[in-house]
Amino acid sequence: MKPRRFNMRSLILNTGSSLLLPLLVLFSLFLLLRGHDEPGGGFIGGLVAAAAVALKLFAEDYKAARDMLRVHPLQLVGIGLVLAAVASLPPLFVGESFFTAQWWSLDLPIFGELKLSTPLLFDIGVFLGVIGTVLTVVFTLAEAEHS
Amino acid sequence: MNPVLDYTLWLCFAVLSVAIFLALWRLFKGPTLPDRVVALELIASMTVGLIGLYAIRTGRDAFIDVAMVLALTAFLAAIGFARYLEKGSHRDDH
Repeated sequence: MKPRRFNMRSLILNTGSSLLLPLLVLFSLFLLLRGHDEPGGGFIGGLVAAAAVALKLFAEDYKAARDMLRVHPLQLVGIGLVLAAVASLPPLFVGESFFTAQWWSLDLPIFGELKLSTPLLFDIGVFLGVIGTVLTVVFTLAEAEHS
Repeated sequence: MNPVLDYTLWLCFAVLSVAIFLALWRLFKGPTLPDRVVALELIASMTVGLIGLYAIRTGRDAFIDVAMVLALTAFLAAIGFARYLEKGSHRDDH
C-alpha cells in the first residue's frame, strides 16, 4: 500500500457533526444538572462535552476545535478547580463544618422556584475540570500529529 | 411482566451474548488490524443493545442515557481508529 495524502474531510461526517454538536452540548448540560438525585453529574457531563469538541476536531481540524473552545483547556481546569474550592467555603460563614451542603432557593417570576446549592457549584467545577483535562490530552495528541 | 416479552428478552440476551463471544473470537484471531477494529466496534454496538434490553427489563430509563453515552464514545473511537488506519502507511500486523 502506498502512503497517501492524509485527508479526513468527509462530507457525511461534517454535516452529521454540525447537527450533532448542539445536541451533545445540550445533553452534557442535561447530565450535569440532573446529577444530584439521578445518574449523571459533573464527570459524565464533562466527558460528553469533551466528546463534542473532539467530534469537531475529527470532523474539521485542530484549528476549528481550538476556535470553538476559545480558551486553552488548562484555563478551564483552573477555573473548575477554583469553583470546586469556592464551593467548600459558604458553610464556614454560617457556622457549619467545611464542605457541608448549603441550599438557597430563589423565586423567579416566570419559572417558579430555583434551587441553588454548593454541590451544584462543585459539580460545575468538576464539569469544567473534566472538559479541560480530556481536551488537554486530545489537543496534545492532535498537535503531535501535526508536527 | 408479560410472559411473551419476558421470553423474548431472554432470547435476545442469549443471542447477543453468543454474538459478543463470536466478535471476541474475531478480535483475537485478526488477521489484520481493520478486522480487529470492526470487531471492537461490533462489540461496542452489541453492548449498547444489551444495555437497551436491560433498560426494558428493569424499566429504568436511566440506562438509556448510559447506552447513549456508550454509543457516542464508540462512534468517536470508530472515527479515531479510521483516522489512524488512514494515516498509517504499510504495517506488518499479520
